[in-house]
Amino acid sequence: MNQSTAEDPHHIDVKEFHSRARAAIANPKIRQNFRKAMDGLITKRKDAFEGWDLEALRDLGANVRLRALANLPDLLEQLETKLTANGIKVHWAIDGDEACRIVRNICVARNAKTVIKGKSMVSEEMELNHYLEERGIEALESDLGEYIVQLAGETPSHIIMPAIHKNTGEISELMHEKTGTDLSNDVEYLTASARLQLREKFMNADVGVTGVNFAVAETGTLCLVENEGNGRMTTTVPPCHIAVTGIEKVVGNLEDVVPLLALLTRSATGQHITTYFNMISSPRKPGELDGPEEVHLVLVDNGRSSIYQDDELLDTLRCIRCGACMNHCPVYTRVGGHTYGTTYPGPIGKILMPHLIGLDEGRHLPTASSLCGACGEVCPVKIPIPDLLVRLRQESVDGDKLNPAKIRGHGAKRGTVEAMIWKGWSWMHARPGVYRFGTAIAARLRKLQPRQLGGWTKYRTAPKLAAKTLHERMKERGQ
Amino acid sequence: MADPIKIYPPKPSHVYFYATCLIDMFYPDAGMAGIQLLEREGIKVIFPEDQTCCGQPAYTSGYHDEARAVAKAQLNLFPEDWPIVVPSGSCGGMMRKHYPSLFKKTDQEAKATEIAARTWELTDFLLNVCHIKLEDLGEPTTVAMHTSCSARREMGIAEVGPRLIGQLQNVNLVEQIRAEECCGFGGTFTVRHPEISGAMVSEKVDALTDTGAGAFVTTDCGCMMNIAGFAEKNNKPLEGQHILSFLWERTSPTNGGGS
Amino acid sequence: MSSRDTILQRLRNRSGGELVIPDCDFSVLQRPLSSVAERIDQFEKTIESVHGEVHRCTRESWIARLAGILSCRGARNLLVPAAHQIGRALRDSGRDDLPELLIYDEPIGSWQPHLFNEVDASITSTRGGIAETGSLILWPTPDEPRLMSLVPPIHIAVLEASGLYSTFHEAMHEQNWASGMPTNALLVSGPSKTADIEQTLAYGVHGPKELIVLVVE
Repeated sequence: MNQSTAEDPHHIDVKEFHSRARAAIANPKIRQNFRKAMDGLITKRKDAFEGWDLEALRDLGANVRLRALANLPDLLEQLETKLTANGIKVHWAIDGDEACRIVRNICVARNAKTVIKGKSMVSEEMELNHYLEERGIEALESDLGEYIVQLAGETPSHIIMPAIHKNTGEISELMHEKTGTDLSNDVEYLTASARLQLREKFMNADVGVTGVNFAVAETGTLCLVENEGNGRMTTTVPPCHIAVTGIEKVVGNLEDVVPLLALLTRSATGQHITTYFNMISSPRKPGELDGPEEVHLVLVDNGRSSIYQDDELLDTLRCIRCGACMNHCPVYTRVGGHTYGTTYPGPIGKILMPHLIGLDEGRHLPTASSLCGACGEVCPVKIPIPDLLVRLRQESVDGDKLNPAKIRGHGAKRGTVEAMIWKGWSWMHARPGVYRFGTAIAARLRKLQPRQLGGWTKYRTAPKLAAKTLHERMKERGQ
Repeated sequence: MADPIKIYPPKPSHVYFYATCLIDMFYPDAGMAGIQLLEREGIKVIFPEDQTCCGQPAYTSGYHDEARAVAKAQLNLFPEDWPIVVPSGSCGGMMRKHYPSLFKKTDQEAKATEIAARTWELTDFLLNVCHIKLEDLGEPTTVAMHTSCSARREMGIAEVGPRLIGQLQNVNLVEQIRAEECCGFGGTFTVRHPEISGAMVSEKVDALTDTGAGAFVTTDCGCMMNIAGFAEKNNKPLEGQHILSFLWERTSPTNGGGS
Repeated sequence: MSSRDTILQRLRNRSGGELVIPDCDFSVLQRPLSSVAERIDQFEKTIESVHGEVHRCTRESWIARLAGILSCRGARNLLVPAAHQIGRALRDSGRDDLPELLIYDEPIGSWQPHLFNEVDASITSTRGGIAETGSLILWPTPDEPRLMSLVPPIHIAVLEASGLYSTFHEAMHEQNWASGMPTNALLVSGPSKTADIEQTLAYGVHGPKELIVLVVE
């Protein structure tokens, strides 16, 4: 059962999407855990925007992100200049491996043996924990959800709520087995136990690693959004803080974070704001009594600059990682996050991952959608996710001569038979006479219509052809 | 791209009726019902004989060259500037929202954009252009409604169906839980990911059955085929009908007003 | 070429060409003018909805109220600012119903275990509050370091009612944050919490379990 596998989570075959989806759907516990959680999140989000002009706010969010992307290279340089002036060291990484090396080199230079981590999806993308562990540096997650997932030897199944696939009983058993806490369904007790265990770790960690929600070029400020306080601990207690983030997270002005924060927390968990909004602009200054002596920012490209080249795909980079698209996705709700086998699951993962892993590897992702549009409807920065899914489908079959495919691995899904079928379909439907003749014949022969139509009739009866087409009936009417 | 603001035209003398291939082959009664409702409003309905399919199946499957060839054949069917009405949110959405981008930078771009702007989903057209007033001649009944995702999100007409049914005095419209959630149709999605689609339609059938209505109406034949087909295969007490058939049957004396 | 230059070059030589810079209309963030009383009400309602506790007091009454809050929780000690008026007022109050008063006057390295394990409560000033989101604005200083509002299980914050802004946007502009940010600036909206175990809220996961705001009118 892949949803709770303790096998190496770092080599999940994305192509096994179908079998994992089947397994998840057949697992009532998974279905129930996700459905319950998603239903709650949908309601909370709706309530949180009560009284807002949501369309105007989403427009502002989208425009703030688009403006930042339009100025991206300038803003990154401005950010670097400001951060450097503030005493924060800036690093650049082409890909995840380089980003991991940078983090490790900082650790080695400090003779650091233990790293405590705040939540960071980019570090998941880099597979940083794995990289550090292999090189003898302990990397411990401190976000409670991430901590649980790490104890289980899994990867997050949701970008905001990493352990959402587990219920209290499962978590209790896991903590009992791995950390010796008592078996209990009391969430307060489990949380308090984790607090105690992690406080020791915070005090002894040599380095803290976190992600970044927004990086402000104007002031050289790294913003972190969180509820638990582990982000504040990670960025304050260890003597060295390393923030890792995608290059797209930069915004121009400090005020730009206001609408983005308003949208992020409401869209993600239906909160007006999270408990902590943590803005870091420098390491500990002379005279200050706490905070890290060293702060680093690692700017990670990892495919983003290629996405940046294309006007349509660029919209993917607007994402502020709220997870609302997955919360509202009927597919994600059924199959859960692990089925995707990718760092970012759900709708945003379907449009982002093909860029990171190639369309050949991720070719099942764009098709796993009914294009219902719920994701695009709730996206706080108005990413047209359904349109991008169609674009990726086009790329994966090289289906448009006017708009040649660009993404690595394009055309991987083009099959000769399927392409022939669509060519035949197109030939017939572009010729009205042929179409009328063909459909009229089909109506005459409807008794011979096959009763089994593959995946369709596994769950449904076959649709029944009418005795006469509407064309024929209109003809009889004299029209 | 920002959604264009919908500006309803005045009630026209003529409309083009774009039936869609599903209605043509599987549900011609729904098409006839739509035509008769329009005619009863005093509108002359033109049925362009050369219509086939809007091209959506190929478009959403990524075969844009093939979709464009089919869509191009539809562009010449509507020479006068009359509105084009479509008894489907999905096909209507294809024409209204996706034709302009499909023909971008081609010789047909202007034409596609012009056609998109005068394409209307039929129930929306009846309510907001014809300002239809329905007189219910049927026996008291209870029905649930499923608005397709494209009708809801691409065409923005989630309120239209309930408002039309609301005009029918003897009909008790009940709401399913998670009304906004997709039924799992999505064209080729049903065959590419049968288990996921199956799980979705299974829950949709439960939601509709749980209303106690025993019957549902919908704006789109794709959803109907999916939901009613699942109910039939699994012996669930749920019948589906296109909303146009339902409205026509209940308001037409020649039908005895029975549903 | 360095990774930095490679990335910047790729971005600058974008194949799609120049991007349009959209206008950003921030007016959606504006709120109608409100009175201090209205802002206090909204602040109180919002922060209480996330488990924060609000006590309205005056310049004369806040110390007595604080003593009550701490004694009913059995706090053994209270970490107070060394230089700020709040700390001085407490030290000078001469009350015998306050717990032991501690100050944070050494770098954290020298007393970290003590702070983590022995301190029951802390009190800090604030730089204002935000009514809409029920948030406190904290800019930690050498007098009130960053961990002071994070590590002890009870954090008490003193908020001058006149320092309540309607929105974050307004506070940021009125206080001119863009002209220079401190080492660390914080919005704190309630006690530390998590819902990572089956969506069930639990407080005090890493930071304070209780956040108590003394609104001084």
